[in-house]
Amino acid sequence: MNDKTKFMLKKIAFYAFIFTVVAWIVIPIIVSTLYAFSSKLDYYDPEKVVPTNFTTAWVKTILFTLGAWDGIKNSVVVALLTIAISFSLGIPAGYAVARFAFRGKDTIKLSIVALRMFPIPVMAIPLVVLYIRLNLIDTLLGVALAHTAMALPFVVLITSSIFGSVEKELEEAAMVFGLTRLGAFLKITLPLALPGLAAAAMFTFVMSWNEVFVASILTLHNRTLPAQILSIVAGASGGAAPAYYKFAAAFIMTLPAMMFVFFARRYLVTMWGITLR
Amino acid sequence: MRTRHLPYLLILPALAYLLFFIGYPLLEALYLAFTKNGTFSLETVRRATSDPMFWKALKYTLAFAAVIVPLQLVLALILALAVNRAFRGKDLAIYVLVIPLTISDVAAGLIWYTMLSDHGFMNKLLMNLGIISEPIHFFGYQYRNMEFLAIVIAELWRATAIVFVIILAGLQMISREYLEAAEVFGAGYWTRLRRIVIPMLKPSIQSALIIRTLFAMQVFGVVWILAGRDIPVLAGEGFYQLTEIKDYGVASIYALTIALLSIVLGALYVKFLKAEYLEVRQ
Repeated sequence: MNDKTKFMLKKIAFYAFIFTVVAWIVIPIIVSTLYAFSSKLDYYDPEKVVPTNFTTAWVKTILFTLGAWDGIKNSVVVALLTIAISFSLGIPAGYAVARFAFRGKDTIKLSIVALRMFPIPVMAIPLVVLYIRLNLIDTLLGVALAHTAMALPFVVLITSSIFGSVEKELEEAAMVFGLTRLGAFLKITLPLALPGLAAAAMFTFVMSWNEVFVASILTLHNRTLPAQILSIVAGASGGAAPAYYKFAAAFIMTLPAMMFVFFARRYLVTMWGITLR
Repeated sequence: MRTRHLPYLLILPALAYLLFFIGYPLLEALYLAFTKNGTFSLETVRRATSDPMFWKALKYTLAFAAVIVPLQLVLALILALAVNRAFRGKDLAIYVLVIPLTISDVAAGLIWYTMLSDHGFMNKLLMNLGIISEPIHFFGYQYRNMEFLAIVIAELWRATAIVFVIILAGLQMISREYLEAAEVFGAGYWTRLRRIVIPMLKPSIQSALIIRTLFAMQVFGVVWILAGRDIPVLAGEGFYQLTEIKDYGVASIYALTIALLSIVLGALYVKFLKAEYLEVRQ
């Protein structure tokens, strides 16, 4: 009996711990969503911890008057360009790493990982000088090219592990039956790898969607959402916008990321596990 | 003959792209930082380092890493160990724990501003519960220590997830057999943890530490949102020098300082943790 109570107590403590951690993650998200739609009176009312009167005014102002909607459009364009460029360069490389044994493979793989570790500001600041020369400054393509440099090592590693999980024999069988290597890749391996590639694409999307330093430095008028939000809510000295604009901005930025986790949650742990070991 | 060259041909475009986008900026940064009118000069270095903001930024960047990274490692380790067993609601718990992975530093800063501002959730909650009578001020130049705390809280909330995921993936690769064998020979939970789990997790811990420390050197969005330049950090000062002062040379020096710190810290982790790993295995 004593052992049983001890076991129960342990179990309760365990669940309490898990619950606390989950609450610590979730409550700020719920609160910032509620506050994003809270009326001004409710926000300044010291008695009201949870607002009860709601308005869409702040979200609308951020979206349509202060340019967050344009930021969203720019972010989507940049992210799609990043996916297109990084996948067209990364898929062949990932396939090569997965399918061929060749000299220097480990060195090449390692250097790709090492390049991923390169600090973003070091890349971004000199790029400004180059982009001015190339007329790429303040263009969405310019941001996407920089984001590709950030995402490409990830794409190579993750696609190589995805292709590696498709059996080599299937491809060889297709080649025996007369398909070329390219044909076998397009008809057999690519369709089988598609769900994994989709997850990797979503992850690339989020990486580009969230990136603020490069986007802020390389653009002025054509800003992505994080860069736009940063310039709205924080001037050079910080804290420029009224509080409720900040809440609305938080909500707009968080929503798509949350949707991503929902769709790609099955892949998250494996993706990071494979990438980072 | 063709197959021999094929893998290189397939890899070449990606590698060339990366080398260009990493190699060229590095050379350009060195050029901007160490030349004046085309000849070698330490003028820019002197200009950067004579500004007290440079040393403050260096100090705060290192301070953030020193406070945040160890806390994240311990927290993530505890969480990963807790979640790496069967219990009801496990999938949901893991799902919730990885949500912050996809929330950007800017958004995390804004979310924690919502929680901690004078009329924010925490202050109102604590006041209504009668725990405090005056709001706790987190933001503004005169409350810099509280701003520091707010940034630590926001970073813990946002970026512990990545450490957690890496360690959880590492835990799942540890073969059950080792643990079961140890149990048969009478090893308790702590012994198993110390002698088997932690040593086998060393590679995961190492990658998590390297990744988190490198990102900590570049910390920007959260700090810029919550504290602006009240608390200078290297990436923020580089950003400021570039966008407000338009001093490309000094901005490059900030960037190169980040690179240098990253390389040194990365090398230290690899050396330090590898040695320990081998020692434990013997």
